[in-house]
Amino acid sequence: MAISNLTDALASFRNDMLRFARLQLRDDAAAEDAVQETMLAAIESADRFAGQSQVKTWVFSILKNKIIDLIRKRTREPNAGSLDQEIAEDAYDALFNERQHWQPNERPSNWGNPEETLENTQFWKIFEACLDRLPSNTARVFMMREFLGFETEEICKELNLTASNCWVVLHRARMALRLCLDGLWFQGKK
Amino acid sequence: MLSCRQATELMSQAQDRKLGLTERMNLGVHLLMCIGCRNFDRQMAFLRRATSKLVANFKEPHE
Repeated sequence: MAISNLTDALASFRNDMLRFARLQLRDDAAAEDAVQETMLAAIESADRFAGQSQVKTWVFSILKNKIIDLIRKRTREPNAGSLDQEIAEDAYDALFNERQHWQPNERPSNWGNPEETLENTQFWKIFEACLDRLPSNTARVFMMREFLGFETEEICKELNLTASNCWVVLHRARMALRLCLDGLWFQGKK
Repeated sequence: MLSCRQATELMSQAQDRKLGLTERMNLGVHLLMCIGCRNFDRQMAFLRRATSKLVANFKEPHE
């Protein structure tokens, strides 16, 4: 691929790369680094890009690997996890009664037709905002699972968590996301 | 008998590992009786779909 075509393409979706990296790294400087390194790596191997996939798909696969590298590097640093970056154990106590069944007004409602929601461009802004609200350590585990496609065992190994710890963090992340989406999107749709 | 809270934990874990037979039975019995948890289960499936679609949207050439 010609360098100028590639750099045009890179410039056109640089902001998408930054948003993608920021959602996962929770750190603007680290996201900038990841994107910068990705662009350099793409330019470096431009002649090996045979064009069998879309250039954006190819570049995002490079970016994904850069993000994984950065996550690995960061988990080896001291103070990688502090408690305020996680969802507290009692965060969802108020949703349940003393027998641990749903409080009547907290009972999950029907979110309607998923196809319709997924076609709505406004929904994606809300969804990103809700992902962005997750505390950073919770977000990291959730993103590794859902964005980067790690198996839970791999996440536990990378982050030095026990398997049950990993499931607990993922459960809290999903509880937080569903509450956020319910409040910001689905309740308003009724 | 599972509580709703325990059911939500199992429904989340079902996204991450294969549940055992007893777990599936207990969850199934609970879901038969609990509309809130049935909705929760569909919401979990929706979250998985939305996240993978978000990732796919990022990689698509056009926004």
